Amino acid sequence: MLLPSLSGLLLLGQNSPLLNVTPPEPVNAKPGSAFTVKFAATLNDGFHMNSHNPAETYLIPLTLKWALGPVEAADVEYPKPEMLKLPFEAKPLSVLTGKSTFTTKFKLPANAQSGPVTVMGKLRYQACNDKACFAPKTVEVKLPVNVQ
Amino acid sequence: MTSVTRHLIRALSLSLLVFLIVAGCSTSRTASAQSVKPTKDRKVAPDFSLKDSSGKLVKLSDYRGKAIVLDFWATWCGPCKVEIPWFIEFQRKYKDRGLVILGVASGDEDWSVVQPFASQMKINYPIVLGNDTTADLYGGIEALPTTFIIDRDGRIAKLHVGLASKEDFQNAIEKVLDAAPEPQRTAAARAK
Repeated sequence: MLLPSLSGLLLLGQNSPLLNVTPPEPVNAKPGSAFTVKFAATLNDGFHMNSHNPAETYLIPLTLKWALGPVEAADVEYPKPEMLKLPFEAKPLSVLTGKSTFTTKFKLPANAQSGPVTVMGKLRYQACNDKACFAPKTVEVKLPVNVQ
Repeated sequence: MTSVTRHLIRALSLSLLVFLIVAGCSTSRTASAQSVKPTKDRKVAPDFSLKDSSGKLVKLSDYRGKAIVLDFWATWCGPCKVEIPWFIEFQRKYKDRGLVILGVASGDEDWSVVQPFASQMKINYPIVLGNDTTADLYGGIEALPTTFIIDRDGRIAKLHVGLASKEDFQNAIEKVLDAAPEPQRTAAARAK
């Protein structure tokens, strides 16, 4: 009896952030080559997430980590943040809102075996609105690569 | 009195009536938003057992008879940082009247992060490390800060999800501190 009542109370007062990832397009690549992959992630309206370099040290940064494997992530370029003044912080914070584009440069070793490979990425974000913050969440990103 | 004057007076009276109704509704809405729940509508705050930084188990029921501000917060939460100085002040101001602020550090944090943060903020009230079980008992705490104001009978008198105003907290705290616990209320009623 108690649990549903409390859940109801909490749900009345909030709306959760949700980061929706548009998966990257599959890539055809030759051994020894380098290629660049872009994908977008969209945060629902009314929320912001910390950028990769948040303005304050206590904040949890946005991170994109690609799993180690036959396809090597050489460099991640994070979306350009905006400086947003929020009611709970004296100084503007470096955040992302709405749609953000992530760019990663990959390298394929010369000795890579041909065939399909899926590179797994983990996008970790921590979002807030102007009154509350939400626990960090991780979204998986799948990159299909066809080694030719 | 001319017909025009009568119409004018009627129109003004109607406007005044509408204004009074709207103002009345508005005032009652504000009062309702600031006040605590009526005693009969309050749910029991679930008991829990969590460790403080010394490893000692702290139960909510340890504080029965006191009014409690139960604050779910995290070090990475900006709005939580706004409220913490208020809680420090409330702990100092209302401690002798029977108020306890209890902070539940949430969001998978550990003492290596929480302890330095608490020292830096000069937190003067007990802090325990939260877990999913306790969060679930309270309906699943998603948004931080989430703060429950619990009366002396262990019942939830007020809930804030997200940053609230200091005045709102203070009003609710004053109300739960002013109310005697149930056995005393019953004894007082019998004595009359």
